[in-house]
Amino acid sequence: MKLFRQPSSEPLWRDEFSVFAADERYVSRRQFAKFLVLTSLAMFVGNLWILVRSWFSRGPAYPAETVARLDEIPIGGVKLFPYPTPKEQCILVRTGSNDYVAYSQKCTHLSCAVFYSGAKNRLECPCHNGAFSVRDGSVLQGPPRRPLPRIRLERRGDELVATGIHLRQEV
Amino acid sequence: MREEPTPSQKRGLTGINGALALIILLLIVQIWLISATLETYLAGFFEAALPAAIVSGLIFLACAGLYLFIARLDSEARG
Repeated sequence: MKLFRQPSSEPLWRDEFSVFAADERYVSRRQFAKFLVLTSLAMFVGNLWILVRSWFSRGPAYPAETVARLDEIPIGGVKLFPYPTPKEQCILVRTGSNDYVAYSQKCTHLSCAVFYSGAKNRLECPCHNGAFSVRDGSVLQGPPRRPLPRIRLERRGDELVATGIHLRQEV
Repeated sequence: MREEPTPSQKRGLTGINGALALIILLLIVQIWLISATLETYLAGFFEAALPAAIVSGLIFLACAGLYLFIARLDSEARG
């Protein structure tokens, strides 16, 4: 059983662009199938590219940076700080006398800056009325599907130190 | 000059059309797969990349197999 057509003595262009209508139906479908399979190959290569990128992105090293002193902000107060790079703003909220939480300020919907609403005790995004729980960053309402990335905080003496970012899947 | 397909050529065309439809279906799944994987990757989660690449590779192999099937039908019908 032959798998492919045997090359004929005719030039390739004459073989691929047949003047016979019956043959043309086969040729056009086979060429279309070849195009689709090459598209499928491109999708596969794209997935491999994502795989390679994720291998190199695995386990990012976050710096330890002092973000605030313990008595710097009052209960219910907030402080903005850049972490882990100067271009990425985060928001620190003091929720109790000894409770502090910090999140990335970038909304997980369309990257607007969220702010802390003391009256509703939640983080709100003004762009599309998204809201996140100040307790764990989970989505309370609105279009965002993923929780806010949470900044890991450590208490060192009388200072709060950011040590990493905790990313979470959508609920 | 052969203008009208013979009965065997018509059967071959039916097979090719079916294989083409399957390839298109697989391609739609593959496009969805890469978009979902990319979105997950950009969100900072890397766990989905390996299974997605494996499944995408399997889909590509299936498409290549269907293409070989089409090429074989073409070979049998046109000689």
